[in-house]
Amino acid sequence: MGEMEQLRKEAESLKDQITAARKAVQDTTLQEAAAGITVVGRVQLKTRKTLRGHLAKIYAMHWAVDANLCVSASQDGKLIVWDTITTNKVNAIPLKSSWVMTCAYAPSGNLVACGGLDNMCSIYNLKGKDGNVKVMRELAAHTGYLSCCRFLSDSEIITSSGDCTCVLWDIETGTQKTVFAGHQGDCMSLAVSPDFKFFISGACDFTAKLWDIREGVCRQTFGGHESDINAIGFFPNGNAVITGSDDATCKLYDLRADQELITYQDSSIMCGVTSLAPSLSGRLILAGYDDFNVNIWDSLKSERVGVLAGHDNRVSCIGVSADGMACCTGSWDSFLKIWN
Amino acid sequence: MAEGSKDQGGTGTTDPEEDSPNMIVYRKIEDIVTRIQDEKAGGVAIRTVKSFLSKIPSVVSGADIVQWLMKNLSVEDPAEAIHLGSLIAAHGYIFPISDHVLTLKDDGTLYRFQSPYFWPSNCWEPENTDYAIYLCKRTMQNKARLELADYEAENLARLQRAFARKWEFIFMQAEAQVKIDRKKDKAERKILDSQERAFWDVHRPVPGCVNTTEMDIRKCRREKNPHRVKKSVYGVPDDGQSQPSPVHISSQPARKPTKEDVQKEITFLNIQLDRHCMKVSKVADSLMSYTEQFMEYDPFVSAIEPSNPWINDDTNFWDLEASRDPSQQRVKKWGFSLEEALKDPAGRDQFLKFLESEFSSENLRFWLAVQDLKRRPLQEVSSRAQEIWQEFLAEGAPSSINLDSHSYERTSQNLKDPGRYSYEDAQEHIFKLMKSDSYARFLRSNIYQDLLLARKKQPADTEQGRRTSLEKFTRSVGKSLTGKRLTGLMQSS
Repeated sequence: MGEMEQLRKEAESLKDQITAARKAVQDTTLQEAAAGITVVGRVQLKTRKTLRGHLAKIYAMHWAVDANLCVSASQDGKLIVWDTITTNKVNAIPLKSSWVMTCAYAPSGNLVACGGLDNMCSIYNLKGKDGNVKVMRELAAHTGYLSCCRFLSDSEIITSSGDCTCVLWDIETGTQKTVFAGHQGDCMSLAVSPDFKFFISGACDFTAKLWDIREGVCRQTFGGHESDINAIGFFPNGNAVITGSDDATCKLYDLRADQELITYQDSSIMCGVTSLAPSLSGRLILAGYDDFNVNIWDSLKSERVGVLAGHDNRVSCIGVSADGMACCTGSWDSFLKIWN
Repeated sequence: MAEGSKDQGGTGTTDPEEDSPNMIVYRKIEDIVTRIQDEKAGGVAIRTVKSFLSKIPSVVSGADIVQWLMKNLSVEDPAEAIHLGSLIAAHGYIFPISDHVLTLKDDGTLYRFQSPYFWPSNCWEPENTDYAIYLCKRTMQNKARLELADYEAENLARLQRAFARKWEFIFMQAEAQVKIDRKKDKAERKILDSQERAFWDVHRPVPGCVNTTEMDIRKCRREKNPHRVKKSVYGVPDDGQSQPSPVHISSQPARKPTKEDVQKEITFLNIQLDRHCMKVSKVADSLMSYTEQFMEYDPFVSAIEPSNPWINDDTNFWDLEASRDPSQQRVKKWGFSLEEALKDPAGRDQFLKFLESEFSSENLRFWLAVQDLKRRPLQEVSSRAQEIWQEFLAEGAPSSINLDSHSYERTSQNLKDPGRYSYEDAQEHIFKLMKSDSYARFLRSNIYQDLLLARKKQPADTEQGRRTSLEKFTRSVGKSLTGKRLTGLMQSS
């Protein structure tokens, strides 16, 4: 019992030192530094396409890197790959478990993955020889629901789970290469850095963690949120992290300064953030909320510069295409919308 | 932003129910709703409105609510106030007295406040037996305002079939409720009846309306006691027949942190402490300059050349991007950083071309080979790693690269057990080398400058160019001749 107390004390002391180190470099705030910049003009995006076809709540979507394709997952037990320009369904993949919570598109465009209450990450090959889309691999080892997954390549994928861990898998062998443990609450979301060397995870312990993929360790932990972090993403330059939480705020943390730089909040926004995506330059942050809207924030000035209102139920997922041209939102109203 | 030891994170020590995302929203709404009703503290005037032969007690107009929201929550846009008000209505805290659909209108529509007894924060999960009792008792009273809507009549019919065996029991409960209701004051009953109806509008919404009591299944699973006895609205004892949905099967209970957990945390904290913290002013500048550089490429902020394919339905922009013939704007991006240049396939090509002209392409080719290695399937990694060694690092290698002795040692050690990241150190070293040396020269080179300044070869110099010039000439001559003929005609008439 004494040893546990000692360890806790040591941890607390280290936390205090980290706080002190952060304060020591706080020679200004982002708001002060950006005081001379004018707020971005009002951003008015319109719905250009509505993707209809799902029969139940959509929980996740992910853009492909190359073409204007995206994949979406719904509680109707289907994974659909859409051509967003024509709104045609390129693939409609029936799933074994309808309680799906996440989906991902591989950078190569060859594979998609999904998972949910089945605690597994299922990999599907879109470019199979006979044209049929089949399960290529089922990655099973998590003891909690699969909340998010992201491909590093066709050979590796990272998953986050309700069992409080994230895992790096080798898809070929179906084995766990590295287990990233440290969160004290369900891991809800993850994002991979632009250089593929790190990834960040947001969890129900109100913190975000930066993990070194190769070394398997947590390099930095960020707190400040007052409730579950549901969404997380990298700023396009890879040096900052954006989080969205049930406390109705989004926060920007800088990796090199090791601290929160700014919070995006408004007293009239009461519902939690479900999803977020930065625009191509990072100047705008698009965040989906439980109140059916997407709010667009000027990332440097922390002001709301736009609203996307068009869904009849919660916005559950959002993504900006690789070329920054379009934003896709998915909702519990069973529709996906393309905006720009 | 307050940065205390709390910012390292920690699980909430309060009741998990309090932390549920819906509960957080309920508390915020309740704060607002309490304030709106407090007439002494600037709330709206709740009054009785005369209507035909009767009085409508305790109501307020939608417009009044919207006005209050705008004034007291600093909301400038009325549309936003309506959105916020509709959210409050959708959760059942305010409701229109003559409609089942819970939205807020910015006009004279009359609204009433929900009784705290029925607030969603009381964790109501009313069973169908309760709903059946409710619908049943409404049919027992001969009042126009209590007539069932079509969807309610359908629901009642369905419930009668489902509860066929215990319908007598339900009927009796309904009768008992009617008796209790009759004892109440007339005005009070009007209010209570409407509040009860609004309660059911939340928990059994009109078809097509959102059920705001739904929770994200990921959050449901953390409920402390999913099998708790659910209280009945009408005091009906729970007969234990409620089936838990698959979602409510309890996951593993939250475990207390162990010694290993804390030790691991200490390791991570040490890693975090053992790093150089950059000044906020510096990182702020870095963020600002990055966004500034890229804003002209951001379609949500700047107009896109030649046109935005989503708006104009043409694919010119994408065709240009896919072509290896890059625009000046695109070439400009390569100058932002080596990372940007290498991201673009055309940029990679041009940089490689430049390096080949200098006979120093081995660095880039090594970097590209290692990138490719990281994406290979596991079974190919070992052999590919060996190939890279032979090509770039072995003694007498055909494309020998220059590594410092430290990286060289580490890499050859790594290759004893080759993996995807065996060349990580070497790759970083080579990248830094390219960045500080050849990349800078590339940006000054003719190859790059020609593209950046669009210094294309003069059309007249090429075979094709001559033909185009001739065509242009012919056309212009034709035009002027036509012009002369017309003028001539006009003059003569």
